[in-house]
Amino acid sequence: MGMTMTQKILAAHAGLEEVKAGQLIQANLDIVHGNDVTSPVAINEFERCGATGVFDKSRITLVMDHFTPNKDIKSAQNCKQVRTFANKYDIDNYFDVGTMGIEHALLPEKGLVVPGDAVIGADSHTCTYGALGAFSTGVGSTDMAAGMITGQAWFKVPSALKIVLTGKPGENVSGKDVILHLIGMIGVDGALYRSLEFTGPGVANLSMDDRLCIANMAIECGAKNGIFPVDDVTRAYVDARKTRDYTVYEADDDAEYDQVIEIDMSALRPTVAFPHLPENTKTIDEAEKEHVVIDQAVIGSCTNGRIEDMRAAAAILKGRKVSSHVRTIVIPATQQIYLQCIEEGLAKIFVEAGAIVSTPTCGPCLGGHMGILAKGERAIATTNRNFVGRMGHPESEVYLSNPAVAAASAVKGYICDPANL
Amino acid sequence: MKAHGTVHKYGDNVDTDVIIPARYLNSADPKELAKHCMEDIDANFVSEVKPGDLIVAERNFGCGSSREHAPLSIKASGISCVIASSFARIFYRNAINIGLAILECEEAARDIKNGDEVEADFDTGVITNLTTGKTYQAEPFPPFIQNIIQKGGLLKSIME
Repeated sequence: MGMTMTQKILAAHAGLEEVKAGQLIQANLDIVHGNDVTSPVAINEFERCGATGVFDKSRITLVMDHFTPNKDIKSAQNCKQVRTFANKYDIDNYFDVGTMGIEHALLPEKGLVVPGDAVIGADSHTCTYGALGAFSTGVGSTDMAAGMITGQAWFKVPSALKIVLTGKPGENVSGKDVILHLIGMIGVDGALYRSLEFTGPGVANLSMDDRLCIANMAIECGAKNGIFPVDDVTRAYVDARKTRDYTVYEADDDAEYDQVIEIDMSALRPTVAFPHLPENTKTIDEAEKEHVVIDQAVIGSCTNGRIEDMRAAAAILKGRKVSSHVRTIVIPATQQIYLQCIEEGLAKIFVEAGAIVSTPTCGPCLGGHMGILAKGERAIATTNRNFVGRMGHPESEVYLSNPAVAAASAVKGYICDPANL
Repeated sequence: MKAHGTVHKYGDNVDTDVIIPARYLNSADPKELAKHCMEDIDANFVSEVKPGDLIVAERNFGCGSSREHAPLSIKASGISCVIASSFARIFYRNAINIGLAILECEEAARDIKNGDEVEADFDTGVITNLTTGKTYQAEPFPPFIQNIIQKGGLLKSIME
């Protein structure tokens, strides 16, 4: 029987000809990753177990992005601990204020993850790199510590859902709407323990930024990973920045899938996930009827903080003003994207519209800093989770959308279709 | 090894943001984290939990963020075992890796009520509701995972 794309990558990294769903394997890792929240716990474990070295100093990435620039003394101590560790073991890819960006935007941008890689990261959105045709999954800090020591991790080989994409997304519809639509269909545990393998003629109509956004939210339906085939779009992106050569894997024609789901992207509408689960989706048409008044709009995150997201928001905000009761926070995900926002005149558009432009940080997405909600407040956000208390007070609310919808809603003051501005 | 205590019962999709909100993630100290465990969905949990108590929840327990602070805070609050219909995969790994006992059992997760007195045997996977007298059989762990648990966690198992 054939293997899925994920299974082929796992087999190659486990030194096996073939693997089957459910099999437990020990796989070699190309990258082991952590951030300023998860790395301190990993370093504590690393030191507690008496480890004296890392498996490969060029294959560990440490990105200080969640609570940076440090929001308080405790987070400053955490970053200091990671910085000290990075210096001690001479870690090549340590990114701090000035070079850092939001981890899952930064690593692809720097060419640190390439197609065919097997990657673990102590951050649930590590699944983002599946957009590049890599196997990439989120783990906890202890797995990260073990990975830094041995360069390996154990996996149960996943079965897969095949997501066949057809058609071309229409105006104001992006990768975010594709993945929100899918999560709305299958639910927050609809792909639990399994891979999402995206395929079909529609893939060619998705930019790399769209694919990164889609793979990023694979975890929001419980998936172990989300993965895209490697095509000309991938090659153009990767070849311009790769730090290593890469291997392209393809699913076998006779690979077995638990379920096949077809999504005609031309039929999708901008989609909004209502509190308090990403599966609570409505089309923008349904959402607008509810007249959800918002207090804040956040445009950024590892989901939607890339240059195309910035351009989509700027296209809406150009020559307009955000509502006087909506605090609008734009967060380009990396220094490179920040610079592009300046060079392309997007930063000027944001500021003139009455928004603020923040240095890269995960910040408000996880209720860290830079835009925490008070009791009873509502935000529209291009982020990935709308759980209870995610952006602040347990009685605040987060609505998830694409950047165009978030920008349009910031202008109107309530959740609305950009086409109705 | 057995767990025995009073049940704190929750529903579907208990995410790691409510198990330990991000506003407390500036600490990696399990005792400090335990002071805020579950507070966004159950303000009384921290004051009511006793050493040995169990959490029973329904589908997809521990979904969302990979923060190991979540199982750490549950373990440090004195919880001896989490029983659920299903666990989100990162939480499942993390619990095994840090030595927090977990059992998957849909029937037990559905039946057992808040405040029930429950015993769970990790070697056999047998769960007994002492309040109702009913017993359940949880899915046993594969031998590979049993080995990690017996060695006292992932790092102890790899450092051998």
